Amino acid sequence: MPRLNTKEDLEIMGKQLLFDRGKVNKTLIICGGTGCKASRSQEVIDAINQELLMQEMDSEVHLRVTGCHGFCEQGPIAVIEPGNIFYCHITADDARDIVTKTLKNGEVIDRLLYTDPVSGKKIRTESEIPFYQAQDRQLLFQNREVNPRSIEDYIAIGGFSALAKAIDSLAPEEIIRSIKTSGLRGRGGGGFATGRKWDECREAPSDEKYVICNADEGDPGAYMDRCLLEGNPYLVLEGMLIGAYAVGATKGYIYVRNEYPLAVKHARNAVQQARKLGILGEDILGSSFSCDVEVARGGGAFVCGESTALMASLEGKVGEPRPKDVHTVVDGLWHKPTTLNNVETWANIPSIILNGANWFASKGTKGSKGTKILALTGRIKNTGLVEVAMGTTIRHIVFDIGGGATNGKAIKAVQTGGPSGGCLPIDKFDLPVDFDVLYEAGSMVGSGGMVVMDESSCMVDVAKYFLTFLQDESCGKCVPCRLGIDRMLEIVTDITEGRGTLEQLDLLEELADTVTQTALCGLGKTAANPVLSTLRYFRDEYKAHITDNKCPAGVCKALIEYSIDPEKCTGCGTCKRACIHSAISGEKKEVHVINTELCQKCGICMSECKFEAIQVS
Amino acid sequence: MKSLQLESILKGRSSQPHQLIEVLQDVQENYGYIPEEAMREISKRLGVPLIEVYRVASFYKAFKLKPSGKYVVTICNGTACHVRGANLLLDQAVSQLGINPGEVTDDGLFSIEHVNCLGACALGPIASENGNLGHHMTPAKLRKFIDSIRLKEREEVQNASPQH
Repeated sequence: MPRLNTKEDLEIMGKQLLFDRGKVNKTLIICGGTGCKASRSQEVIDAINQELLMQEMDSEVHLRVTGCHGFCEQGPIAVIEPGNIFYCHITADDARDIVTKTLKNGEVIDRLLYTDPVSGKKIRTESEIPFYQAQDRQLLFQNREVNPRSIEDYIAIGGFSALAKAIDSLAPEEIIRSIKTSGLRGRGGGGFATGRKWDECREAPSDEKYVICNADEGDPGAYMDRCLLEGNPYLVLEGMLIGAYAVGATKGYIYVRNEYPLAVKHARNAVQQARKLGILGEDILGSSFSCDVEVARGGGAFVCGESTALMASLEGKVGEPRPKDVHTVVDGLWHKPTTLNNVETWANIPSIILNGANWFASKGTKGSKGTKILALTGRIKNTGLVEVAMGTTIRHIVFDIGGGATNGKAIKAVQTGGPSGGCLPIDKFDLPVDFDVLYEAGSMVGSGGMVVMDESSCMVDVAKYFLTFLQDESCGKCVPCRLGIDRMLEIVTDITEGRGTLEQLDLLEELADTVTQTALCGLGKTAANPVLSTLRYFRDEYKAHITDNKCPAGVCKALIEYSIDPEKCTGCGTCKRACIHSAISGEKKEVHVINTELCQKCGICMSECKFEAIQVS
Repeated sequence: MKSLQLESILKGRSSQPHQLIEVLQDVQENYGYIPEEAMREISKRLGVPLIEVYRVASFYKAFKLKPSGKYVVTICNGTACHVRGANLLLDQAVSQLGINPGEVTDDGLFSIEHVNCLGACALGPIASENGNLGHHMTPAKLRKFIDSIRLKEREEVQNASPQH
């Protein structure tokens, strides 16, 4: 590949690639993202490749292995263009049919089509699927257009033209003004105005400045950054370079969780390819702007998602946050002005430059602009990554996109924003996804995790879950976070184990308030949110644990007992085999019994029983 | 410990304290844990006090100070997996293997890791074995999986022993 020395070189390359690609008229797009990989998409890809070779179709069909499309629950998934035919739950055995029937003869294979869980009808094309229809996929859509290992793919769809436009015809101040006008706010959790951050960094006097991409996605239940970086690392890189140009940085870092090996690999590959093409490094695209980017692996500490802790980690130190009396945009990495943005924030930049600030600002609400990717998971039918315009209601996301509850159980709550966010009850589902509105309601948009819970989740247990997580992840530097979380966890544990008192609820609230006001960093300041939000909306559940010694959801082990309904038990013996504590006895075809003295209340028997014969009370 | 490997990891990184985490990542990847001798050598070569090397190695979850089992069964405890019953998987693994998270079975075959999120939340609950993700896991699937590894290992031992 020759080096690109001008903006025109890039345009010519893009046109040439598009022309070459136009010669192949059929494209088979298969998702090779982490979700589909877990569903064995690699076997499908290998089988299809082999089949294409055997049937001598390899020159007629372009097989594009991409990053995540979002509909992980249906994986492995594939789309055939032209025609937009959507296949799901594909196995290697389907490869022959896909090649022979669909690619060769244009036949649609009925058994591989998606069945809408609401109407029960088979759906033929990707664009007709309600899960996709209800979204506004500005960023995620690009994932299916690009092989994440091919910079040519990205250039063919106009990639890096925003960067070229920026360094060729826009002054840094103009770019910052545009980002400010767009209303873009940080997608990592804080929701800070991106343009203001850039402006302050640009104004900070220094001979050296840095840009950082925060890909240390530590929020449990969120994986949108992973899919963006794995699926289209070029988009993130382009955003970073535009940012570097705007703030005057000459060096950038992509800080990736080491638990995301594919993201590390694809980001590194993207950096190398961009360097070779002259899109990264000295005199980018023949201009006087130089900037290099390195990929650094995080060590798996949640606190490193906090900007100062992340910077300490990049410096090779323990990831402990420091007070931010002076902001990192002035005193950041190596004490130099540093602009740190989240993966999704960077990914939004190129389209703002290309389509204009007003285009971006036309989506969303008054205070929250653009689209947001959410990780829609939990007890619903359609789980996956969804991208919606800000302002979309939770109800629309959970019921129309997510398809509602599984197993006929009633949906009770949604947890948004990870450990810093909170739980919202179903009567708040008409609230829009909006930074300020969700904050007011005691939760937050955060990085976009959206875990749906039904009546089988105990909200006190959920609070305990988050406190356990935060206790484990607190770096221990400041007392309020280290000890405050400990004490809150102690109280909540008392409640789940039947030792709680009503007075403890007041103490819990007081502690939560103290931790919120006095902790050093964002992790500590928001650590009490899961407790506060569950106390606010699900106080009855806390009270049931304390006064009635009952866990209404049947989760807290100390307050429940398992038994077998003799009417329903068929004596199949599955529970007896499944019980790891040998607490179940019974002869074949006879009613089985649980020995409550041996029972450890793990609930495995209940999850295995096909006849719903095991009850919890 | 093969010092050649460590040598190649440290190559070109001498006297660069900021490379500490990257070096430790490579050591973890190559050795499966961070041996004490490696920490001593890293300390000398990067110019970082040994106590600081230890502090960093023990702070981050990516680094293990003890070797893991041959098969690392990782149970994801992310929120999405939690609400779909990840606890059942942990109970299953702990009871079946007789060890707690972070421990290794006496035969050195298994260890259990309980992690905060593997980032495949739509497919939960997730359990992985040496990095290969298993989705929509149930206690039964996990039990069969552990049994199958035990069986495979027993057969390998039998095949390797001399014929009588």
